[in-house]
Amino acid sequence: MAHLTPTPVLEPAQDRTMILNMGPQHPSTHGVLRVLLEIDGETVVRIMPDIGYLHTGIEKTCEAKFYQQVVPLTDRIDYLCPMTNNLCYVLAVEKLLGLEIPPKAQWMRVLMNELTRINSHLVWLGTHALDIGAMTVFLYCFREREIILKLFEAISGQRMMTSYFRVGGVALEPPLGFFDRVRKFSDIFPGRVDEYENLLTGNPIWKMRTKGVATLTAEDAIALGATGPTLRGSGVDIDLRRDMPYSGYENFKFKVPVSQDGDVYARYLCRVQELRESIEIVKQAVAGMPEGPIKADAPHVVLPDREKMKTQMEALIYHFKIITEGFAVPEGEVYQAVESPRGEMGYYIVSDGTAKPYRVHMRAACFANLQVLEKMCVGRLLADVVAAIGSIDIVLGEIDR
Amino acid sequence: MAPAPAITDIEKLKDHPAVARLLAWNPAAVEGVKFDRDEMTIIVARESIREACALLREDPACAFNFLSDVTCVDRYPAEPRFEVVYHLLSIPKKERVRLKVKLNGASAAIESLTSLWPGANFFEREVFDLFGVRFTGHPYLRRILMPEDWEGYPLRKDYPVEGYR
Repeated sequence: MAHLTPTPVLEPAQDRTMILNMGPQHPSTHGVLRVLLEIDGETVVRIMPDIGYLHTGIEKTCEAKFYQQVVPLTDRIDYLCPMTNNLCYVLAVEKLLGLEIPPKAQWMRVLMNELTRINSHLVWLGTHALDIGAMTVFLYCFREREIILKLFEAISGQRMMTSYFRVGGVALEPPLGFFDRVRKFSDIFPGRVDEYENLLTGNPIWKMRTKGVATLTAEDAIALGATGPTLRGSGVDIDLRRDMPYSGYENFKFKVPVSQDGDVYARYLCRVQELRESIEIVKQAVAGMPEGPIKADAPHVVLPDREKMKTQMEALIYHFKIITEGFAVPEGEVYQAVESPRGEMGYYIVSDGTAKPYRVHMRAACFANLQVLEKMCVGRLLADVVAAIGSIDIVLGEIDR
Repeated sequence: MAPAPAITDIEKLKDHPAVARLLAWNPAAVEGVKFDRDEMTIIVARESIREACALLREDPACAFNFLSDVTCVDRYPAEPRFEVVYHLLSIPKKERVRLKVKLNGASAAIESLTSLWPGANFFEREVFDLFGVRFTGHPYLRRILMPEDWEGYPLRKDYPVEGYR
């Protein structure tokens, strides 16, 4: 039973230091991150994240599935932003296929993707504040998150593992009254963000715990592969939605919040501003939602309507073929990256011309972001490790895959 | 609509800044190029990968200053068996390029990029863990996702999906 011995093991390098084990069941490690710390009094001398507790071999599983069967697996990589993963995967497959996606499907994807970002940021804000000791924010954040989860349930039938995006479009037409509910939410939400900010932004305790804590320079962030708010909090102005647009993001107007300080507070400000920007995109998406089909005109890839399948022989044959033998994807390879709430989420898919992917690799934003922990924490106080981990917004499902 | 066919002729692609830079440095380092689905792939000789990345990073016309991703593809049973794949991003130019290195299965080893980008650390450990490709000069080449005493490399194609029983 060698697996029961936690590995790796750190040995203290000096007499005056000791090893502290944090996790994998520590509440502030957001899942199953284990961090080994060498401390000298309360100062961190060395820090070593130990990951892999949630490794399920998703990349290997993908190789045994048809392309359309991979979509539900992608939800489970990052369970806080399922639709972002769905989107990244389907965009990659569509790029391999050379599929044109109708405008309504693209806008629906943007709409749902931004709601997902808000959902994810709300969980981050709630738990991050909870870690640092501001308990109330959690309750407020989960109040709004509940509204979003109900929207997800209305549109996809699931609160968390939505699998709403499909290769070639989205799964279903939104139900009646859906856009009214989204509109109502987008009207109340900016006020709710004000509420969170009232609790935190000017709060002296919050500032003392976050300002000047766990700083990261732009050079270090780039060298260590950090992306998303972790990178933008250090003053690097890049957002894939604006700079390398996908799925029709070029049609939306939004600002990319950047902060120069590189500390926990800067990353906090970036994400809170992103909440406001995301709700603006949601409003634009609802206001300008085009009419038309929600699936591409590609019968060999997209499942036919239920009604057609029951009445037309051809549709039935396509349905049968897609379900039983999948659809072949032309040979090639693509790397598709999207801006997930945590940074650059990338899918690298290699096709050998069959109906199953030859190789699927997920470039997880958190996996790279976790490496900045050492720069943030060494030489600083032990209590700041919790603030640093919270500020890079880790999701272990994505790190371990 | 089928995608446009891939361009693999080096003559047609030599104007791409990354290809031009590498050809100007050492034509032997470029083993092949491919432009497919708006993505540029350069196949780089094994021994040149670190220097090629350093060049592409420092050259102002390329400025590929960000290492997005390192991964691997197993072409078993074909040889050379492994393709180590690097995705570079230029933050100033908003461009991507893919570098590929082909490795034989028998002694799959390649120089580590951790001296250029410390962020390559986890990615290379992951490739080592799941494919068994060694990275020379890596500061801490240990398994990262699988348990330390795991046998075999799960993402290799000759490793069964359900594992060894």
